[in-house]
Amino acid sequence: MTVEKIDKPGSKATGPETLKAIPVRHYGRWVAAVIILALLAMLVYAFARGDVNWGAIPDNFFNDEILRGVGKTVWITIASMVLGVVLGIILAVMRLSKNPVTQAVSWGYIWFFRGTPVYVQLLLWFNLGLIFKYINLGPIYQDEWSDFMTPFLAALLGLGLNEAAYMAEICRAGIQAVDEGQTEAAQALGMSHAKTLRRVVLPQAMRVIVPPTGNEFINMLKTTSLVIAVQYWDLLQASQEIGSNTGASAEMLFLAAAWYLILTSVLSVGQYYLERYYARGSTRNLPPTVFQRLRANLFSLSNRSGGVA
Amino acid sequence: MTAMVKAERVHKSYGAVQVLKGIDLEVAPREVFCLIGPSGSGKSTFLRCINHLEKINSGRLYVDGELVGYRQQGNKLYELKDREVAAKRRDIGMVFQRFNLFPHMTAVENVMEAPIQVKRESKAVARERALKLLDRVGLGDKAGNYPSQLSGGQQQRVAIARALAMEPKLMLFDEPTSALDPELVGDVLDVMRGLAEDGMTMVVVTHEMGFAREVGDSVVFMDDGVVVESGHPRDVLTNPQHERTKSFLSKVL
Repeated sequence: MTVEKIDKPGSKATGPETLKAIPVRHYGRWVAAVIILALLAMLVYAFARGDVNWGAIPDNFFNDEILRGVGKTVWITIASMVLGVVLGIILAVMRLSKNPVTQAVSWGYIWFFRGTPVYVQLLLWFNLGLIFKYINLGPIYQDEWSDFMTPFLAALLGLGLNEAAYMAEICRAGIQAVDEGQTEAAQALGMSHAKTLRRVVLPQAMRVIVPPTGNEFINMLKTTSLVIAVQYWDLLQASQEIGSNTGASAEMLFLAAAWYLILTSVLSVGQYYLERYYARGSTRNLPPTVFQRLRANLFSLSNRSGGVA
Repeated sequence: MTAMVKAERVHKSYGAVQVLKGIDLEVAPREVFCLIGPSGSGKSTFLRCINHLEKINSGRLYVDGELVGYRQQGNKLYELKDREVAAKRRDIGMVFQRFNLFPHMTAVENVMEAPIQVKRESKAVARERALKLLDRVGLGDKAGNYPSQLSGGQQQRVAIARALAMEPKLMLFDEPTSALDPELVGDVLDVMRGLAEDGMTMVVVTHEMGFAREVGDSVVFMDDGVVVESGHPRDVLTNPQHERTKSFLSKVL
């Protein structure tokens, strides 16, 4: 008797018995899955009946020209984004400064570059040669306009200057999102305006600035396909050339789309890590990395039966 | 001896709203000077005028014998440049109601920041003193924590250490315990009491009447932008002469 009595509290200590209940059935999920699968099958069937030379895609996927185009696309994307971000931060600071002249300049810049289509701006840069025969910066630089305005420079200016207008607004929102008490605290410590901005405000503004900038980056990567307008040779150009040479135009567009998808996917992962870096201090625990999440998901999958019961 | 803070007929208004209507007062060196009064009475605004976070509209305000925010030549006043204002603020520490720690820096980085950035101290020297200061406020073991990982009371003590790192000759406290849970107030007040014992000149805007009575050397009761009553805490807090002081104290004590 006494032995049993001692045992009972012991067994209780393992915790209350888990509830056993029949889970709610989600019929809607099954119906949706069936409909989606049917639609997918129709799509696959349609493409199978089409006159597509699927083999041309893997054959040319790592073609030297394609790879060169990928490199050029990545290069103009990065160069334009760097120009856009740097100029955007400067414009945002100008817009928020107390100096009415810089405020007005920044406002005017954003008004023009955000108010006209990027395609038009690209063409404009390229065609400025029609009104300027020479570029003359005195002793620093002199040349004929057509030698000066290379396709790369036209693409860089067209995309980068346009991007700066958007980045300026993103940065302004980020800077304004930082609590005013932060500026006050920094100034009470004797920090200058510039130091306050660089050491206290901008690092915190980054948390607000990075996510939309990641979007801008991905957008930029796709927008670079417009640089065909200024004869800059990129991924899309390479695909189209191969397409017209081999007669597999549509296939090469699939190929280009696949490459763009790969590049944007890589950027998304990079964005995730960047956001994680700037979240330090704002959350008690950092969000898990992709691999940590993957491991956790795999673990919960293998454990699913136990979890549901 | 020059007063650490001296105000002569200080006025401050936001547009049409007059917040300070002629403040006259003097804070002696090594004095603990408490400002009390109902909210909206202008005590926080006055405190912020002392390190020129707010500009005064008329009157004169001196810190350690020097005009705040201006330079006088003959009868002309010249506004100081941002750089000169910043230089003067180095000697005045400020502690805020909402702590305002830099959230992207750890506790020790918060304390090191101004000495490195403003005084151009080496990292090693700044870190050593920062750790000593954190020890002094009882947070030696929290040096590596971010503000979000600290309680309100701990954050406020880091904020005090951050202000002390610039080795100020005057410390301003803007309701330092008002945003804290009641049981955390004591730790912060203990640190402030220790500072007072070490001879720091302190101007404290507070609702902690106990602190004002025990630690304060003088108390000023402000209401509606004017100084209603001032004197030793013993007199002002226990034997107020004005009706407004009496009615305020009867509500908070």
